[in-house]
Amino acid sequence: MAEILVLVDHLDGAVRKFTTEMLTLARRAGEPSAVFVGSGYDAAAETLAQFGAAKVYVADAPDLSEYLVTPKVELLASLIARTQPAAVLVPSTLEAKEIAARLAIRTGSGLITDAIDVSAELGTQQSAFAGSYVVDAKVTTGTPIIAVKANAVTPETAPSTPAVEAVAVDLPDSAKQARVVSRSPRKQTGRPDLSEASVVVSGGRGVGGPEGFRVVEELADALGGAVGASRAAVDSGWYPHASQVGQTGKTVSPQLYVAAGISGAIQHRAGMQTSKTIIAINKDGEAPIFEMADFGVVGDLHQVLPALVAEINRRKG
Amino acid sequence: MKIAVCVKYVPDAAADRSFSADHTTDRVGSIGILSELDEYAVEEALKIREAGDAEVIVLTMGPDGAETALKKALQMGADRAVHVSDPGLHGADAPATSLVLANAISRLEVDLVLCGMASTDAIMGVVPAMIAERLGLPQVTLAAELTVDGGAVRIRRDGEDAVEEIEASLPAVVSVTDQINEPRYPSFKGIMAAKKKTVETWSLSDLDVVPDQVGLGAAWSAVTEVTRRPPRSKGTVVTDDGTGAAQLADFLAANRFV
Ligand SMILES: Cc1cc2nc3c(=O)[nH]c(=O)nc-3n(C[C@H](O)[C@H](O)[C@H](O)COP(=O)(O)OP(=O)(O)OC[C@H]3O[C@@H](n4cnc5c(N)ncnc54)[C@H](O)[C@@H]3O)c2cc1C
Repeated sequence: MAEILVLVDHLDGAVRKFTTEMLTLARRAGEPSAVFVGSGYDAAAETLAQFGAAKVYVADAPDLSEYLVTPKVELLASLIARTQPAAVLVPSTLEAKEIAARLAIRTGSGLITDAIDVSAELGTQQSAFAGSYVVDAKVTTGTPIIAVKANAVTPETAPSTPAVEAVAVDLPDSAKQARVVSRSPRKQTGRPDLSEASVVVSGGRGVGGPEGFRVVEELADALGGAVGASRAAVDSGWYPHASQVGQTGKTVSPQLYVAAGISGAIQHRAGMQTSKTIIAINKDGEAPIFEMADFGVVGDLHQVLPALVAEINRRKG
Repeated sequence: MKIAVCVKYVPDAAADRSFSADHTTDRVGSIGILSELDEYAVEEALKIREAGDAEVIVLTMGPDGAETALKKALQMGADRAVHVSDPGLHGADAPATSLVLANAISRLEVDLVLCGMASTDAIMGVVPAMIAERLGLPQVTLAAELTVDGGAVRIRRDGEDAVEEIEASLPAVVSVTDQINEPRYPSFKGIMAAKKKTVETWSLSDLDVVPDQVGLGAAWSAVTEVTRRPPRSKGTVVTDDGTGAAQLADFLAANRFV
């Protein structure tokens, strides 16, 4: 069966759900080979096997983390040349899209980003124009390189015993031109990752200030979800940019999206329009967010959210 | 220092956007503007010029109306503009776009290439990396803060898992996010001054690109179908009379979220 390279998305070996989704999609079209770059493979091995990686290429060298993007480009380009895979799947994160971009030019291959589905024939689906269109596309030249969005598919296990191969990455000088001079890891919140959470509770300008986000966090915790924010809330310094949902923030596609004190500007909608169920709480009954909400409450979020948290906790017993 | 700012002419996101029969973005039936995310790159270039000495050239590849985007950048304060325009470019994909822009950048002989983080229509965010790959230049992307100092650039960026500082020597390709600055509005003076500035038009042959390398037929991927999603149907909206939270909880329970 055709080999499909899957670039593993992980943090020090903690494999993101994202990767298990890509392995699931890759199995439709061929046999997935996981490509693991960085340290912590031992922690990742079990998950990769559980989700059907037939092979794992592991590249781990201390200097790889000094550079962004380029080590992964060099590695994937050499693996493409050697293994002639049927396709390469990478996560549709900002960084991996750039890896895919360089790889496409390097190997003369077509590239599709932000795929929300990949078929057995390697046809893809994407959302366009803030979710108002679905686009079917296919790579026609070279090795299809496809950047896949989180939550594209429900991950399915398919236990395997992968063959593990350590690979070296040769970094030519051209790959060392841009250097990481410092890296400050983000504080972990203990909540699920925003891009892959199945519930997201977001607050906007209507939250009113940084303290106002406490009740947004409480609702997220009661529902086991992640916290998001509109750009207005981020620009005001109330919540970190890493939590911004929208065109210039994260795109999320959870089972449940709760928008509190968010008007529903097109740039915000671009990041959450494909959520399964949308709930809006806004004191302005005319706010555009209600146009797309499955359930809306016209009211003050400072009353509705605390009462909702209490009600959920009461029902949970 | 010579700075090229790559900008794109896009349909206004505030209006209704659609596709043409050949599945390319409909640019005729829509109002076109300078992609908002490129305004941040123009602004950053102007700030560099104000802090030192630089020439700011805005560069676009696009259809006829694309001068609109260049004009806006000139009104903001860019020194001159280049429009790569050619009938052979219709339907160019990202690899083709990067080829054309890379060749134009080589011809301009610049020290720094600035781009927005993504276009507001296709939102792929891949062209800066592709240009860097084609020109063999360092890629320093998604800058939330940029310093140009002597022969080097340093940026701060909000990476997926960490805040990173990245450094590279010039020439380099830098893309900036909407966190980096607050783009200026063109002033009356700027608008008047822009009238005297030139927009050069280059064709593919000026850039040693043949139409077979770019355009819809040369694309490395193909759109097979576009389908308009049915608009989300409007659900239930209740006005909070003290029972809003309880009704919401009922809805969540009925949908098994609680
Ligand atoms: C290039 C560009 C990129 C952008 N990218 C993004 C992006 O990625 N993400 C994003 O979100 N935006 C983005 N924006 C900004 C976007 O256009 C909007 O300005 C922004 O989404 C507004 O945020 P908001 O809904 O929180 O604020 P507002 O539009 O001010 O809405 C606040 C809402 O809160 C309601 N409210 C106030 N008080 C209460 C209360 N007590 N209880 C309940 N409701 C209350 C109000 O009725 C109002 O509807 C971008 C803009 C540009 C130009």
